[in-house]
Amino acid sequence: MSNDGGEVVPGREEAGYDAATAPSGGFRKGAFGVSGSGDTSGFGGLVRVEPGGAVALHTSERPYGGYFDEVTDALIEAVGEATYAAAVRRVLVDRGEITYFVGREHLLTLVQALRDDEALRFELCSSVSGVDYLDSGGPSVGPARPRLHVVYHLTSMTYRRRIRLEVAVTAEDPHVPSVTGVYPTADWHERETFDMFGVVFDGHPALTRILMPDDWDGHPQRKDYPLGGVPVEYHDATIPPPDTRRAYR
Amino acid sequence: MTTTSDPYAGSRETTEGRVYTVTGGDWDVTLGADLQGEERLVVNMGPQHPSTHGVLRLVLDLEGETVTKARVVIGYLHTGIEKNTEYRNWVQGTTFVTRMDYLAPLFNEAGYCLAVEKLLGIEAPQRAQTIRVLVMELNRIASHLVALATFGMEMGALTGMTNGFREREMILDLLEEITGLRMNHAYIRPGGLAQDLPEGSVEHIREFLKIMPGRVADFHKLLTGQPIWQARLKDAGYLDVTGCVALGVTGPILRAAGLPWDLRKVEPYLGYQTYDFEVPTTDTCDAWGRYLVRMAEVNESLKIIGQALERLEPGPVMVEDRKIAWPAQLSLGPDGMGNSLEHVQHIMGQSMEALIHHFKLVTEGFRVPAGQVYVPIESPRGELGYHVVSDGSTRPWRVHVRDPSFVNLQATAAMSEGGMIADVIAAIASIDPVMGGVDR
Repeated sequence: MSNDGGEVVPGREEAGYDAATAPSGGFRKGAFGVSGSGDTSGFGGLVRVEPGGAVALHTSERPYGGYFDEVTDALIEAVGEATYAAAVRRVLVDRGEITYFVGREHLLTLVQALRDDEALRFELCSSVSGVDYLDSGGPSVGPARPRLHVVYHLTSMTYRRRIRLEVAVTAEDPHVPSVTGVYPTADWHERETFDMFGVVFDGHPALTRILMPDDWDGHPQRKDYPLGGVPVEYHDATIPPPDTRRAYR
Repeated sequence: MTTTSDPYAGSRETTEGRVYTVTGGDWDVTLGADLQGEERLVVNMGPQHPSTHGVLRLVLDLEGETVTKARVVIGYLHTGIEKNTEYRNWVQGTTFVTRMDYLAPLFNEAGYCLAVEKLLGIEAPQRAQTIRVLVMELNRIASHLVALATFGMEMGALTGMTNGFREREMILDLLEEITGLRMNHAYIRPGGLAQDLPEGSVEHIREFLKIMPGRVADFHKLLTGQPIWQARLKDAGYLDVTGCVALGVTGPILRAAGLPWDLRKVEPYLGYQTYDFEVPTTDTCDAWGRYLVRMAEVNESLKIIGQALERLEPGPVMVEDRKIAWPAQLSLGPDGMGNSLEHVQHIMGQSMEALIHHFKLVTEGFRVPAGQVYVPIESPRGELGYHVVSDGSTRPWRVHVRDPSFVNLQATAAMSEGGMIADVIAAIASIDPVMGGVDR
């Protein structure tokens, strides 16, 4: 097929990726990306690198370009070389946006400096959202590749700049310190992230469900949250849940 | 017979029998002195209430008429749109996000499509960008008109409501002519637009541009100078710049506090830097200022629409790349948008390759390289941000919407605590939350 981009490689190791740390994302199996039915084309054994698929794993090196270097230098100056090195595990510049992958134990130190330092002045916390990477292998933080990511989008209204912080935690220990003390606007964002992903924000004034009913079980936007099928009144047929339907990936 | 003490009535045995003395008035003794003067009342307002601007529930602690605590309960309109987009392909996502903030559907579509385009590394053609600006500004006026109309209704100025909805109807007619639908258009698609402007629509927009300034003036005559309107709005729902930024409040509320923060100016997209318009501000920080800012923004949007019409050059409205461009060239029929007969004849009778492309794109969709982006645009209510994550497949891995209504509604407590209960209505009306966007 002409629109199947990417080179055909026999296996991940030969593509130059370490199987232990490489994610499953960025790779495609088969020729047609279809799942949920037998791929009878005979190409089911193919494993191919996605065009641009592995970019999310890269670490950007200095210089980052644009205002990113200035922000990073100011951040290092504000929190100190040692704290920065301990807190920021990885930096990624992709599509004109910078992401700092941050360890949760240093998150509050960083956001406090990012808001208050004169050279940084990220006054506005635009958004806090969760992403569940499950086993798709999204951008990893440590060798363990925790699945639940909390993504903070910070805006400097003074300098008209935007940066992104990302904290990753496991589903077994989903604790992240709350930034509501620094950014009161994060209140509802964190409640939503708790509601949808089950991330527990320690120090939040009232971490309760916000969109789902108070007595709801589970966290619906997790990727392993079961989706219901719909019974059909015809020969006992059922419409399967969307995540188990035959689909192109 | 023994005399028992009855808590409600003292009694005494007499020769004629037992005599009860009902006195009362002993509440202070019974309940203790510290309750004197306490008039705390917890009132539940909504979720079904004509003044709460949608299915919004308020729990108000009152002392007399003064609000001591305001708690906001949301979630009654949660529809799981963000989750739904994860099980549809990238183009289908447009039809979902347009239903979030249903008063600003074209902004949702534009924000989502700009995010997908940024992930793809493509840009829509010039004509598509100009038409996007055009329809978005029409939509902004419609949204502000509903804000003013419901503002009027909640303050008791019912003529304001009927006038606002009447004016909005003109815009909905225009949008129906352009997109085929009054609301939830799914008109802006990744890579461009669903279709070009139909014949005659430009003339109709020009007619609208002639009528609307007079209608704005009528609004000023009806409401702006009216003493009751001023008395209800002035000093109600106070929130200054510091409060706005701390609570993440953007849009007209922030501009009414005096900060000219408009993403069309400070982080331009779709060529907004080339349009000539002002960012109206006031320094009153109250509901009155927000009313004035919205009124002024209607005029600024009219200016932008006029300029967009001037610079409409003929050209494609969808990217050239046939691996991305939606193949089914749609056309507008008498019953809305439908298939183009010409396109059906082409794929069924002339070109096998065109049929294959059509089939692959419609069933499978295009792939978007892995990564994440955050794209903010200025919706009528403030910063509308799309955080879109792709894992390289034909479906979004995650779509998170930073809806301005959701964030701005957090300011309810700061705006209304310490004020009168009637001012809570003014404060919420001036926030102008759309619950479809709040709950998503």
